Amino acid sequence: MNAQNLNAPSAYFMAAVTETPESHTLSVLVDNEPGVLARVIGLFSGRGYNIDSLTVSETEHEKHLSRITIVTTGTPLVIEQIHHQLERLVPIHRVTNLTVEARGRNFEKPLERELALIKVAGVGEKRLEALRLADAFRATVIDATAEHFVFEITGRTNKVDQFISILKPLGLVEVSRSGVAALQRGPEGL
Amino acid sequence: MKREMTGAEMVLQALKDQGVEHVFGYPGGAVLPIYDEIIQQDAVRHVLVRHEQGAGHAAEGYARSTGKPGVVLVTSGPGATNMVTALADAMLDSIPMVCITGQVPTNLIGNDAFQECDTVGITRPCTKHNWLVRRVEDLPRILHEAFYVATTGRPGPVVIDIPKDVQFATGEYEGPRHVAHKSYRPRVKGDMDAIRRAVELLSRARRPIFYTGGGVINSGPAACQLLRELIELTGAPITSTLMGLGAFPASGKQWLGMLGMHGTYEANMAMHDCDVMINIGARFDDRITGRLDAFSPNSLKVHVDIDPSSINKTVTVDIPIVGDVAHVLEDMVRLWRTGSHQIDKAALDGWWSQIDGWRARNSLAYRPSEDIIMPQYAIQRLYEKTKGRETYVSTEVGQHQMWAAQFFGFEEPNHWLTSGGLGTMGYGLPAAIGAQVAHPEALCVDIAGDASILMNIQEMSTAVQFGLPVKIFILNNQYMGMVRQWQQLLHGNRLSHSYMESLPDFVKLAEAYGGHGIRVDKPADLDAALDEMIATPKPVIFDCRVANLTNCFPMIPSGKAHNEMLLPDEANDEAIANAISADGKALV
Ligand SMILES: Cc1ncc(C[n+]2csc(CCOP(=O)(O)OP(=O)(O)O)c2C)c(N)n1
Repeated sequence: MNAQNLNAPSAYFMAAVTETPESHTLSVLVDNEPGVLARVIGLFSGRGYNIDSLTVSETEHEKHLSRITIVTTGTPLVIEQIHHQLERLVPIHRVTNLTVEARGRNFEKPLERELALIKVAGVGEKRLEALRLADAFRATVIDATAEHFVFEITGRTNKVDQFISILKPLGLVEVSRSGVAALQRGPEGL
Repeated sequence: MKREMTGAEMVLQALKDQGVEHVFGYPGGAVLPIYDEIIQQDAVRHVLVRHEQGAGHAAEGYARSTGKPGVVLVTSGPGATNMVTALADAMLDSIPMVCITGQVPTNLIGNDAFQECDTVGITRPCTKHNWLVRRVEDLPRILHEAFYVATTGRPGPVVIDIPKDVQFATGEYEGPRHVAHKSYRPRVKGDMDAIRRAVELLSRARRPIFYTGGGVINSGPAACQLLRELIELTGAPITSTLMGLGAFPASGKQWLGMLGMHGTYEANMAMHDCDVMINIGARFDDRITGRLDAFSPNSLKVHVDIDPSSINKTVTVDIPIVGDVAHVLEDMVRLWRTGSHQIDKAALDGWWSQIDGWRARNSLAYRPSEDIIMPQYAIQRLYEKTKGRETYVSTEVGQHQMWAAQFFGFEEPNHWLTSGGLGTMGYGLPAAIGAQVAHPEALCVDIAGDASILMNIQEMSTAVQFGLPVKIFILNNQYMGMVRQWQQLLHGNRLSHSYMESLPDFVKLAEAYGGHGIRVDKPADLDAALDEMIATPKPVIFDCRVANLTNCFPMIPSGKAHNEMLLPDEANDEAIANAISADGKALV
């Protein structure tokens, strides 16, 4: 989403970034109060960090807590910075790097799912092909006329990406995606 | 103790309960209810500034010189936006500040009402935290929380935006309570294991150096005392950032002077060649490190900082210690003593003789003159004349600021007030006013440049009204000297808009405000004029005419490393013209 971060608060640094950027998923527990999302997004844009995906919703109503899930890309040092910068925000209770935790348990990634609604319009063979593919991807039809379908698909980001790109030549009209929701594997919570 | 009162009364009550004695502010429609409370009491005294930015910097000077939070009160819209520079300044220099802004009534928020602006939106990135108070029930809690957040952990500015209807509304007031904050819990105690490893590393060092910063001063007098103790125990050299001056006495034998872009040769060379670096309360800022990939290449680094996000931000360190400086230093001193640690004597002696060699280069040298006042000489005389007095020095931004840092010796913390991180011209006069409010008997001097002083000169009127005898010591070189220097270094000496045309007559200006004006242009007259300035019991503007084209040296040119300093005796026109490479020109 944003420009590549060079971990460079000032142009004074021209040190080349030698480490390679990685994708990390952060889970952020925050007070559900006005402006909290703006604080998080402002931090990312102000410091030039990437946001690849961001989802937010209240998850514990009585405690007024929301969970923000952010997928971001950066070198390990930048990811560490993002983690600590987020922790500096006063209404943030906890930041957990789910990717690092997953690796600690010998998984490549935490559990991650995304939902997408995809509209495809067309007739004849293309229409049938779209329906066949939807079946193969376990997408469901949630709206249809003689000229269109709306599919709902849930899965990991790359599966959703793949499904969308396959539908492109088959009359893809528009897409709405939820962004990534993520949890750690195993019985424990944050 | 719970009591019914209006929101405006709550503001005053909370200020009293928080021990606030002074507020800097400027009234307007959206804060009139609070001003109506201010006039009906006298526990909290209000200092009326002439521009809200002045209130902000005055609060910063007050905070920096006392260790207490600075408090400001301004109206909505333009009052709040005028405060933004001071908030950003306090944010970068970690100055505790509580800013109360008025806001249009809640039912008008979002309607583009008269003098409405999105204050919390505008100030979000330049505050540690901010609040829009929508209900009077929340006001007491937020007021106390604001003081807590501003002053604990890494200190910083906070904003409380209070709509006018909330100021009129009545609710139940509650005093400060000691309850743990639900999400904000700064860590003060450092990890013992890391501290132990740091102490051991230090004891095995052969070329150690302490590099200290504003965090030591923020941590308080105890931290400075412990630092002095540890330096004495270890025998190691110490340097500091601009923000950290005064934590260790400039007269101390182990003091190398300030480091960084305009730091001393010995400080920068020792940073470059050390084998163990102990960073205490500093943040590897770009003015300090110079070229990052050549920064102290052969050292193991310890970093003590209360803010985890400062660790490994620009320089990766070997032993990070997150905690309050005083707490960590206390542990370090205790471990050093109980472990009977000692740095190898022969190694340390060798290191010191190397340092003495660098010192002998005399990197702050300048050519004295009998006809014109050299700016460095002016600072030296000011220092000599004020020695032994309780003196607080603030600065504006530019060459004069660097010369003040180089030539004025600070023996105690909290006596040096300067805008380090943001580099805000216009900081010095209001900061001196803030310090003078807190220390009425002390001598408060703003070392200024002729360009910077005009940015908040209106605060002379504040100084006169409140009987604050601040001294403005202008090193008048008729240029934006630092800009001119960079144009000489970077842009073929094409002095684009850096000459100060049509400067006012500063003596008449002082008199117009009701202060006293002094002008000197001969070195021989300087001492007597300084005596006159110090003896004058009202605000003084001292127009000290100095050599126009002096450059501030030594200097690490942009894009260069610590061991590639430009020294004054080598800085001929050609060296200056070629000091910065094409790559370096793109840097700030
Ligand atoms: C508000 C603001 N605007 C611009 C600058 C850029 N700047 C840095 S130093 C400087 C010149 C300062 O001139 P003067 O106050 O005369 O001090 P000198 O360098 O001559 O001692 C300028 C314009 C700044 N630091 N702050």
